[in-house]
Amino acid sequence: MTADYTTIIGLEVHVQLATRSKLFCACSTTYGAEPNTQVCPVCLGLPGALPVLNREAVRLAIETGVALNLEIPEFTKWDRKQYFYPDLPKGYQTSQFDLPITQHGYLEIADPGGAFEPKRIRILRAHLEEDAGKSTHDESKAGGDSLIDLNRTGTPLLEIVSEPDLRSAAEAKAYLSELKLLLTYLGVSDCNMQEGSLRVDANVNLHIDEGTAAVDGAKPTATPIVEVKNLNSFRGVERAIEYEAQRQWREWQETRRKIGDFPKQTRGWDDAAGVTRAQRHKEESSDYRYFPCPDLEPVTITPERVDEVRAQMAELPAALRTRLESDFGLPLYDADVIVNQGRGVADYFLSVAAATGDGKQTANWITQHVLRTMNAQEVSLDELGLPADRLAGLIKKIADGELPSARSRETFDLMVEKNLSVDGAMAELGIEAVDESELEGLCQELLAANPKIVADVQGGNDKAVGALIGQAKKKNPNADPGKVRAICLGLIAKM
Amino acid sequence: MATPSELTATEQRRRFESGEVSSVELTQACVDRVAAVDDRVGAFLRFDAEKALAQAAACDAARAEGKPLGPLAGVPVAVKDLFCQEGEITTCASKILENFRSPYDSTVVDRLKQAGAVLLGRTNMDEFAMGGSTENSAYQTSRNPWDLERSPGGSSGGAAACVAALEAPLSVGTDTGGSIRQPAGLCGVVGMKPTYGRVSRYGLVAFASSLDQAGPLARTVEDTALLYDALAGHDPRDSTSNPSPAEPCAPTVNEPLKGLKVGVVPEHFAEGLDDEVRAAVEAAIETYRGLGAETVEVDLPHAKYGVATYYVIAPCEASSNLSRYDGVHYGHRTDEAAMLAQLEAERKAALASGDAEAADAIDTALVRLYRQSRSEGFGPEVKRRIMLGAYALSAGYYDAYYLKALKVRRLIRQDYDRAFEKVDLIAGPVTAAPAFKLGELSEDPLSMYLVDLYTVSANLAGLPAISLPCGKSKAGLPIGMQLMAPPLAEEKLLRGARMYEQATDWHQPTPDL
Repeated sequence: MTADYTTIIGLEVHVQLATRSKLFCACSTTYGAEPNTQVCPVCLGLPGALPVLNREAVRLAIETGVALNLEIPEFTKWDRKQYFYPDLPKGYQTSQFDLPITQHGYLEIADPGGAFEPKRIRILRAHLEEDAGKSTHDESKAGGDSLIDLNRTGTPLLEIVSEPDLRSAAEAKAYLSELKLLLTYLGVSDCNMQEGSLRVDANVNLHIDEGTAAVDGAKPTATPIVEVKNLNSFRGVERAIEYEAQRQWREWQETRRKIGDFPKQTRGWDDAAGVTRAQRHKEESSDYRYFPCPDLEPVTITPERVDEVRAQMAELPAALRTRLESDFGLPLYDADVIVNQGRGVADYFLSVAAATGDGKQTANWITQHVLRTMNAQEVSLDELGLPADRLAGLIKKIADGELPSARSRETFDLMVEKNLSVDGAMAELGIEAVDESELEGLCQELLAANPKIVADVQGGNDKAVGALIGQAKKKNPNADPGKVRAICLGLIAKM
Repeated sequence: MATPSELTATEQRRRFESGEVSSVELTQACVDRVAAVDDRVGAFLRFDAEKALAQAAACDAARAEGKPLGPLAGVPVAVKDLFCQEGEITTCASKILENFRSPYDSTVVDRLKQAGAVLLGRTNMDEFAMGGSTENSAYQTSRNPWDLERSPGGSSGGAAACVAALEAPLSVGTDTGGSIRQPAGLCGVVGMKPTYGRVSRYGLVAFASSLDQAGPLARTVEDTALLYDALAGHDPRDSTSNPSPAEPCAPTVNEPLKGLKVGVVPEHFAEGLDDEVRAAVEAAIETYRGLGAETVEVDLPHAKYGVATYYVIAPCEASSNLSRYDGVHYGHRTDEAAMLAQLEAERKAALASGDAEAADAIDTALVRLYRQSRSEGFGPEVKRRIMLGAYALSAGYYDAYYLKALKVRRLIRQDYDRAFEKVDLIAGPVTAAPAFKLGELSEDPLSMYLVDLYTVSANLAGLPAISLPCGKSKAGLPIGMQLMAPPLAEEKLLRGARMYEQATDWHQPTPDL
């Protein structure tokens, strides 16, 4: 019997919101502080402590909701999700259960490389919740203590839950990339995966076509859903999905176990070993005894409030891509490269393009030289030390014919290396604009010395003039090859 | 002339300000009285005479320096042992918090300090405020000053008893289902539960968050108003705190209400009510008529579901609120070495017997840590309510119990809204009978739950309500009357209560100790 499968993937993304203080108290959310120094009675869950909602977190959730085309109901409330764990000081997590702050939206993904067709990934909900603390267990098994750091406790998270609309690791990666891009454009989160600001759980199973679906329209067979936890890199998400699909395919062939035969399983991703591992069932609870948190008032969000937030929102990546194509005449590929570099590079492009008035040239310089140098030196745009006005100066000098394009690359490199303006770099390189009459004299001199080339050109071979360009550069390194060519051809024509 | 202990708080405050008495004298009187009677009454869990006298001396010094004096300046106040107080042990009368020293002040304590009060000590209560007799304290039993064989009520039994026994002129308690009003009624003092959200819950160790409300206990309505004013008001640290400003009540408390309409609920006088209580409360209502008030019969059709509704909602919230006491971050933790040894022995035995299933069922060390710490730290009543709440909230029962209870709660509130369209106050009994004997109900949780019969509705509806003395039984036990008012009508409630108090002298006698 032949059978084929489709991988069905839904992602739960936990995003740490870029608020200065925690969701329900005034403690700092700064990463990397000494353990248990950013805590107060509220986030420690001390007897009698009460939560007070951080309004900024709500605003960021609304922004994200608008950006992800989510509905924003007028009424949302807080629920307690009860479970015991040492890094959960209150014995419950304050979260949102049946009435999340946003629900039912979508995110569009595409791949200019053509790995998949552009598609719309539905988003079930994005709700607010507080983070738990961090446990550090003694891995030596020597019976050492487990240590608990509650600095992270109460940090605001937005949990963005997709529908199971993703069909491959590549789609999952594209979804995460676009989501991360959107969130960083909004400034909703820094999405720093190393610091845990963006964490992913993947729900994966297979739909297996046993050859009957096409015949009688029956639903394909589905394998039990597996939730893969602890995914803290995009690469990890891709590898875990690919691994899990193959593992489930093997398991299906051995066991024929279907969804419903077996409860949803939680597996952890071991990045070093490149495998998922089953986690103990005892550590989970199927009944969190959710109930409305009596310490927090429900939140009312009027349509006016949403409009207010929308009006103040930054431009989204998708809109910016379109604008770069229509207003600056960039090809989609260039627009995509620039926008995908993040808000910083996109803003840089807009500043430089505004100053030069030439979007295409600006895009060329940024995608070819700026990004190449950033990658080679492994630096950020800020660290590169080439402010927008300097790059604009360089591009303008070329356009004005004051900087021969043949020498523009070395000028650029020197500007970066020595932190110079275009004028400074040109001075250091001894590049001066060559006077037109001086250039004409030089060309006449060369033509007189090379009658064979003149004859060749007159014979219809314009390319022959190329040999003169090298000689011209030897005599005057500032001679612009294009101009030399044009002047020579002009002079020959008049002969 | 009255001794300092016999003076009302209002009088103590007046004499302190005028310089007739020092705070040290007032505090010393409490210290002496506690020394003389508290081994019998058992109202205080902790009482630090030295610290209280030092605070009193500071009050005297502030007065001598001409500093502005707060509304409670120099006056001693006792607080129930569930208000966090910086540097003080706050146990909630539970073993699980035996060694919990709060690093912060609750808003109630903070406001008492701002008002210039002398913090006398920490009063006994039912563990985590669960109970109606103060017999559920993990530490001691408090006794009714009128009859030491009887209960002072609960859960603020210590808070009511210390005021009745003249150990403190004022005390602060909490009322989740009647825990201020019922002990006030049984001890013959005044106790008020303000509107929900009128006094901040910040730093009040939570029992049932949507019902808990802190409030004053005192010997007179006038004193109750004085303490209430110091406590009430918006607190940005409590999201459920009422944002409107609290108008002071003490300045107007002695002005009688004109054209008062008093509501009477016939069901409150039905089967189960003690004859002496019925007679006393009916006489009190008659007194109102004599004062020119009109009495109007009002209907509260859902009141009969009050206790059932309360005993779903309160345990649900309690089971959640108490989950933080797990022995991990603070509070009682089981002896780990013994626990681990026990686990190891169980595992060995199971493996030796070849019973893999039994071996698999043995707790992990973490689960055992929770289980054992909580088993040792909580008393039986607290465990009972945690189990009730966890059951009612669990998947499959949530709709049938918790959600249903919320719906009934809304109906009860609507009943009151409708009733208060017709009347200013509703008058009735606080408890079905005078103080019961210690041990009489403690073996029967259900009958104990019924002591909240007349009081729970005010908590479910979030209304202000007050209990004040209105009679004595033949056995010499106090009988209380309850008045209820619409939300935020504390001023009207206190004036209505004071008007009765001025017309009678049930608040005058004190117990012989």
